[in-house]
Amino acid sequence: MDAPAIRASGLTKEFGPRTAFRDLTFEVGAGEVFGFLGPNGAGKTTTVRVLGTLIRPTSGTAEVAGVPLADADGPELRSLVAVMPENPGMYLRLTVYDNLEYFAGLYGIPRAQMRERILSSLDTVGMGPRVHDYAGSLSKGLRQRASLARTLLSDPKVLFLDEPTSGLDPVATREVRELIEGLRTHGVTVFLTTHRLDEAERLCDRIAIMNTTLRVVGRPDDLRRQLFESAIEVRTARPLADPAAVFGSAGATDVWTQNGDGVYTVKADDPAATTPALARALVAAGADILRLAEVQRTLEDVYLQLVSEDVEVTR
Amino acid sequence: MNPRTSAVFRKELRDFRRNKFIVGTMIALPIFVIAIPFLSVLGIKPGDPENVVRNILGGASLSFFLVPLILPTVIAGYAVIGEREQGTLEPVLTTPVRESELLIGKALAAVVPCVSISYTLYAIYRLVVVSAAAPVVNHLVNQPSQLLAVILFAPLLATFSIWVGLAISVRSNDVRVAQQLSGLAVLPMLGLIALFSFRVLTPSVAVALAGALLLAVFDLVAWRVVSALFDRERLLTRYGSV
Repeated sequence: MDAPAIRASGLTKEFGPRTAFRDLTFEVGAGEVFGFLGPNGAGKTTTVRVLGTLIRPTSGTAEVAGVPLADADGPELRSLVAVMPENPGMYLRLTVYDNLEYFAGLYGIPRAQMRERILSSLDTVGMGPRVHDYAGSLSKGLRQRASLARTLLSDPKVLFLDEPTSGLDPVATREVRELIEGLRTHGVTVFLTTHRLDEAERLCDRIAIMNTTLRVVGRPDDLRRQLFESAIEVRTARPLADPAAVFGSAGATDVWTQNGDGVYTVKADDPAATTPALARALVAAGADILRLAEVQRTLEDVYLQLVSEDVEVTR
Repeated sequence: MNPRTSAVFRKELRDFRRNKFIVGTMIALPIFVIAIPFLSVLGIKPGDPENVVRNILGGASLSFFLVPLILPTVIAGYAVIGEREQGTLEPVLTTPVRESELLIGKALAAVVPCVSISYTLYAIYRLVVVSAAAPVVNHLVNQPSQLLAVILFAPLLATFSIWVGLAISVRSNDVRVAQQLSGLAVLPMLGLIALFSFRVLTPSVAVALAGALLLAVFDLVAWRVVSALFDRERLLTRYGSV
């Protein structure tokens, strides 16, 4: 089994009296797309900066691409990873090619290979035809793509993407997401911070939700199961005369709630087994069934549940 | 040159060439600084008193040192804070480039054009003096010590100026403030040069070499200070360890 691409243990960063994040312990597998979610000020960007050796942790240890997080190892670690900050950070007076040539030089790519690498990176993000455009003439979406091309120059083992779709319109957002999905097929480990829960759900193998401390880490499905009990939604044309009897006869648990006329939520430990039994019981009771389906919890539900807990605690 | 330093050097020159403010200043400032002393030197007549001639030539000589001293501050003020303002500093710091490679690349990109301009202006000055100035002027200007001083002092002054500018730039929040502070910070150095230009210290090859050695020491100290001040964490966050 491959060694983890990122391993953090008790990682903490404080700026004077303010704690950016505390006691982060997690691992990211090689080739995994790992989502890092949290509200504004949760410490996501600072975590990326610490793991990218831009700033030092106050305490704790970490290893990225097999290199320990230490001042002396900074250049070696940075040669194995690439970071795409939230701001594309292009030199607006230079062409796209000149921008990438500069970074290729900083990554120590030999001049003989430079042109090929630059054009290949730009082709990967669909920016080949804009190679000689000035960065200042590009839309934000195109600058974001050029910035992504820049991170691909060094063929990184780990790619940190900090809010890559922030401020983009829906079309540009979809394009950037497709590029990230494409990276998965290249075996690059992606550490993605985002506010967009649908984006995380769609792209990430696992996600972590943090708010100064790490709240949960896991696959979206596992987190849903972990935080919410399984339930079945029942809708009938008219309210049931005796819902307790109907649900009880279906072998479902007796925990159910009525959410309106003919709308019920029935707790079920095993929805796959309970749903057919409920259907039979409803038909036997003469109910006209409009809907009978497992309640689908989104990642947003998981996130809001965790973040609202934090709000309760801080009140 | 180290490949990363070379990459920084080439990028900086490319960026400067397309920055109208920097190009404009690089053209206008030397013309402004040199024009009046140039005209004064050409106005010297054979019968003018020697102390007047020496003062005019001292002023002209000082002007040549003003260019490498002041011009780099315009670029240096922009070098770090300008990158931070346009959001390019963070991507650069995520690459394997070392602080020393980045700073030396930026310094060279400022020093090379400024010194080239200074040498070019001095070459034009010598040509004009030889071809059009009074013989007494030609005699006083055509001294090995002065030529040596220009050749040695210009790069050393420009280097000092760029380190001071970079030191202020890494601790500043505004490009213009950084440029103005840098301009002020290098002015005391002008006093030192004036001792040579106005012959308070008798110009000689030995004095020129000693002055160059002193400037080299200042450059070394300034480099150490800039290296110590360049703190990635402070540059990227509002909260620093200092």
